[in-house]
Amino acid sequence: MVAKFRFSMASLGRFILFIGSMFVRRESFLTYVKLTVDECMKIGINSIFIVSIVSIFIGAVTTLQTAYNLVSPFIPNYVISLVVRDMTILELAPTVMAIVYAGKVGSNIAGELGTMRISEQIDALEVMGINSSSYLVLPKIIASFFMYPMLVILSAFLCILGGFLAGTLTGTLTGYEYIYGIRYEFVAYNVTFALIKSFSFALVVASISAYKGYFTSGGALEVGQASTAAVTNSCIGILTADFLLTKLLL
Amino acid sequence: MIEAQNISKSFNGKEVIRDISIKFDQGKTNLIIGASGTGKSVLLKCIVGLIQPNQGQVLFDGRDFTNAGKNLKTEIRREIGMLFQGGALFDSMTVEENVMFPLNVLTDMKNDEKLDRVNHCLKRVELTNVNDKMPSEISGGMKKRVGIARAIVNNSKYLFCDEPNSGLDPQTSITIDNLIKEITEELNITTVVVTHDMNSVMEIGDKVSFIFQGQKLWEGDNESIFDCEVKELQDFIFANNLMRNVKRHRG
Repeated sequence: MVAKFRFSMASLGRFILFIGSMFVRRESFLTYVKLTVDECMKIGINSIFIVSIVSIFIGAVTTLQTAYNLVSPFIPNYVISLVVRDMTILELAPTVMAIVYAGKVGSNIAGELGTMRISEQIDALEVMGINSSSYLVLPKIIASFFMYPMLVILSAFLCILGGFLAGTLTGTLTGYEYIYGIRYEFVAYNVTFALIKSFSFALVVASISAYKGYFTSGGALEVGQASTAAVTNSCIGILTADFLLTKLLL
Repeated sequence: MIEAQNISKSFNGKEVIRDISIKFDQGKTNLIIGASGTGKSVLLKCIVGLIQPNQGQVLFDGRDFTNAGKNLKTEIRREIGMLFQGGALFDSMTVEENVMFPLNVLTDMKNDEKLDRVNHCLKRVELTNVNDKMPSEISGGMKKRVGIARAIVNNSKYLFCDEPNSGLDPQTSITIDNLIKEITEELNITTVVVTHDMNSVMEIGDKVSFIFQGQKLWEGDNESIFDCEVKELQDFIFANNLMRNVKRHRG
């Protein structure tokens, strides 16, 4: 137990040092701009498809399941879309998408860095006098920080759209009822809260995955393990941050 | 000239290299030889700063690299070129981008100048029409050549090669060895090659250091290596028939 605690503390210390190491011996600003734009493409644009598919279906299923549970004649139909809206903005778009994001982007970051480590590409950068953590990881974290909130906004929109399509096409509620529920007693702060969560989750996923990949040692087996650990630890980080932010900000 | 002084390194309490001191001369191909697992690569990584030794220091033309501040360390590192065992080419870049990489990151050269320099280095390692190929599309020997081109593109003063012949056929190995030797003499740089290939020792070994179980047991050139009386070195050299025949032939 004590040894496990020590190991956890040592890992936390190493993680903090790793994050700190990105801000020393940096390259020129322009170098980072180019790298960050490239990473935005890889992390953000390439995730649009999976985020869209998952969001539309989650929205559709949430609408149908909410309707299934609200079978009382005393509850108006627009409550269904109101529930879908609040669930989407508060939890589904930022948190559930973060899990999907960890699976796609987190494993990709860990796999890429892990492969670079075992094939000595990171050593090659270090020998050239380039701070490898800063050069390789910082652009990924910045790109994630900017792109994930955009994905969350897209996800929220598509989730609500998916709900609209499922609700109206199956005759569960009318389009007017759905839109009325979406607009009913809308709390703008919920969107702010969702964005705060999305910025936090973006940092959690990118930094944990990069850490796991960067310190991979061994061979192909260990790269696979690093990818798995990146997703697992990112999910734990997301859920912990979700709980803390909800407790603090709501 | 590079001087490694009293280098020791342990991992988890196990001493991998013990109090090794070696001088690597400028304009010569300096070889570190020894059996697998004897600490050659660890020594090389200590010298280039990828591993911090527990004891000792490394001097690059009199500049203490091991205990240097960040600025001096970066300055020295930018004078180092290294060829890794597997080439360590960046998978996401073409051959041209790989070779141009040090120039992009470390210099303010104009694009035309960079391209000229890259083409010059690729030509020097006898590679043409491969600029747009990805590392996965070229052979092992070509990867090593691209690795050498990348190592020298920034006018490096020190060239390190970690087992440059591993995984190559004998003919390609000789080509790579000769290329390393020619570049060393041409550019008058200090070259350190880690190898366990006796053909390399005979081809390019201006100065040879033999490492056994983490200690330096012998130092000399490829002419005197046959006359050494260190048993461990003799066992290493004459492990195969070819070298035994060479000795017999030499009388």
